[in-house]
Amino acid sequence: MCLGVPGQVVEWLDRDPVFGRASVEFAGVRRVCHMACVPDAEVGEYVIVHAGIAISRIDAEQAERLLDELRTLDMDDELPPPTAAASDDATAGERSP
Amino acid sequence: MKYVDEFRDTRAARRLVDDIRRTATRRWVLMEVCGGQTHSLLRHGIEEELRETVELIHGPGCPVCVTPAEDIDFAQQLALREDVLLTSFGDMLRVPGTRESLLDVRAAGGQVRIVYSPLDAVALAQKHPDRQVVFFAVGFETTAPATALAVRQAEQLGLENFSLLVSHVRVQPAMESILRSPGNRVEGFLAAGHVCTITGFDSYVDFVREFRVPVVVTGFEPVDLLEGIRECVRQLESGRAEVTNCYARSVRREGNRHALVAVEQVYRIADVPWRGLGVIPSGGLRLRPEYARFDARRRFEDTGCEEELPVITTPDCPAAEVLAGRMRPSDCPQFGSRCTPDSPLGAPMVSSEGACAAYFRYRTPAVDASQPAGASQPEATR
Amino acid sequence: MTETSWQPGCPVPIDGVEPRITLAHGEGARLTRQLIDAEIRSRFRSAPLAPLPDAAHVEETGGRIAVTSDSYVVSPLFFPGGDIGSLAVHGTVNDLAVSGAVPRWITLSLILEEGLPLPVLQRVLDSVARAASDCAVDVIAGDTKVVPRGAADGMYLNTTGIGTVIGSPPPGPQAIRPDDAIIVSGPIGRHGMAVLCAREELAFDPPPQSDSAPLTDVVKTLHRVADGNVRTIRDATRGGVSAVLHEWADASELSFRLDEATLPVSPDVRGASELLGIDPLYAACEGTLVAAVAPDVADQVVQALRRRPESAEAAVIGSAVDRTICPVTIRRTLGREQPVDEPTGAMLPRIC
Repeated sequence: MCLGVPGQVVEWLDRDPVFGRASVEFAGVRRVCHMACVPDAEVGEYVIVHAGIAISRIDAEQAERLLDELRTLDMDDELPPPTAAASDDATAGERSP
Repeated sequence: MKYVDEFRDTRAARRLVDDIRRTATRRWVLMEVCGGQTHSLLRHGIEEELRETVELIHGPGCPVCVTPAEDIDFAQQLALREDVLLTSFGDMLRVPGTRESLLDVRAAGGQVRIVYSPLDAVALAQKHPDRQVVFFAVGFETTAPATALAVRQAEQLGLENFSLLVSHVRVQPAMESILRSPGNRVEGFLAAGHVCTITGFDSYVDFVREFRVPVVVTGFEPVDLLEGIRECVRQLESGRAEVTNCYARSVRREGNRHALVAVEQVYRIADVPWRGLGVIPSGGLRLRPEYARFDARRRFEDTGCEEELPVITTPDCPAAEVLAGRMRPSDCPQFGSRCTPDSPLGAPMVSSEGACAAYFRYRTPAVDASQPAGASQPEATR
Repeated sequence: MTETSWQPGCPVPIDGVEPRITLAHGEGARLTRQLIDAEIRSRFRSAPLAPLPDAAHVEETGGRIAVTSDSYVVSPLFFPGGDIGSLAVHGTVNDLAVSGAVPRWITLSLILEEGLPLPVLQRVLDSVARAASDCAVDVIAGDTKVVPRGAADGMYLNTTGIGTVIGSPPPGPQAIRPDDAIIVSGPIGRHGMAVLCAREELAFDPPPQSDSAPLTDVVKTLHRVADGNVRTIRDATRGGVSAVLHEWADASELSFRLDEATLPVSPDVRGASELLGIDPLYAACEGTLVAAVAPDVADQVVQALRRRPESAEAAVIGSAVDRTICPVTIRRTLGREQPVDEPTGAMLPRIC
């Protein structure tokens, strides 16, 4: 369930709360997507599109954090031992209480 | 492709695999409940790669498999009506109902159109005022906002020829049902990242307290899946049971407010049957009374036969056991003999994302692999 | 015939008052003759066809001939990058070319659905004529039938292609050896995605384009450079590259290993296939060939192909290996060999 693909907002076509639409680009094609769930998405931002509607605005900072962590992982010659995992900050995520 | 390719990076994936192997001191049993995650895990060989470290159970996360056969039958009846144009996601076309699939019905003259989006079905209803356009609304909480939006648009446009056959399901009640059943082996969950994009993950706080199993919100690309698995293993190794978000670029704690409002407005939570699992309390959605006029079950009451809350199990198919991870597909006496993708006995063999269909593909030589259920002749490209 | 057989993408305006094909057009009498005069003879003027004999006669001295037969039932009839007419010519020509023949003659049989607008037929025939001229083949024989409303989805075409065999044609898939290189002449899956998006009106912009085109020059280049080291060539039609490799696996009793990083995929196919959850390996091509060649000529073949505009993105995508349990595998992110299944029927978009 849930094939959702990231695309870039190219142009807003309609800002109506129910009929809001924008042209979104995915690699080499654009498609008009329904934007009622992301009314504040800006041109140039990326959104995730599922079944023709944008369901979230991609948090570029969070994405970058994860990629940074992966690069760090990549550069480590020695990975931290498993027991340190519980306290290390390398996990990209918030924890709930 | 931005935000896709980076999360399919080989080096990052390999290092995560190594880290998971290094972290685990025993084999853990994890479950994912999302057909999209099943698909990605299989496609990239993650399950195979981590076989010694993690047992990954594919839970009932594929709406294609869990949509009741009776709903599919009803959709077929509608498609055969002269006045109806049935619209559906492509996924549903090959799935057999009680007897045949929507693809078979289309070949027999039923009016069935594939749409990529339920909003395209609304556009079709506008374009064809002489036809009754029905959209087969399957899917988890990820998809419900799209179908809710379709109803809202139809309402504002004053369309009299648009309706939904609602068969939406909710994933958390199914997870609870699995954990409560005797013989449950699941020790940690990968929560479906796009469901949580809509719902947020607050509702899992009480869940982890009650059941003492970690829940890790996980994405779909190989790196995302490995991140989620690694976090789950880390928690299990240190005896924690928390909710963690490993898909933060898409998921916020509060979910998507606009989407939730749209769903709240149009749908109510209901007890619904899941194919192979029986009725799951609060396991699905139905249209609110204010939107009853968009309910295809009401509009076409005279079509087919309706029973409230039928128990849908196929004799001889231990679907509940398999989907809950208590039985491996290969342990089922019918697996590969009476039950194959060509002639499925139950839900988990029905779609290529089903646990049994996935096992079938890997356990038999590919030259013998049968076509998935309900496959038809290749559609013409020449 | 549903509207979707010819209306989407139809380049001629249809307003409901144009003349249409009727059952009488297929009866073989006056209306048939008029139709053939007006639409066939006006466009196809080859000598063997001119007298409209029951069978065309052609001169051929010595050598072997190659014969192929194909039917075309594509829906919609018009799609970005082509139509059923040009497709029929290219497909027939390509079957001959990959088999080591120079395409020379084509027959064209039409099965028309009652009610088909005449301008649609005319447009398709224009396209056949143009493609035939581009490919230097003559249409020398044909037939016209009309079937009742509801059959033939607008129009079906059937062709027979005849060519003369030159030199030694490639031996065939049973000649493939372990370590042989698998080459594709261009980005994969374009035709299949173009037709799917057109038929289901998926509204991509720009709409994915079919790669329907003749492969004769690409094949010539391949042979010139590989010089006897080509095992077999196929144009990858229904079922895409995956279907070809599964057939070759059966015939050669080897397995094929692909590398996802080397698969050429055009940006429009990439975007559309990600969005729809479809793998381009299963999508049809109609102007892209797959070849198995000896490993030591693979690089030169690819370099030579890349110098031609129609094969500018040719690439080695994998190699043959001794048979394992999976006939076709691909290396993806984790570097594991993942099975590539046989194509299983209609490509359907998914949300799951």
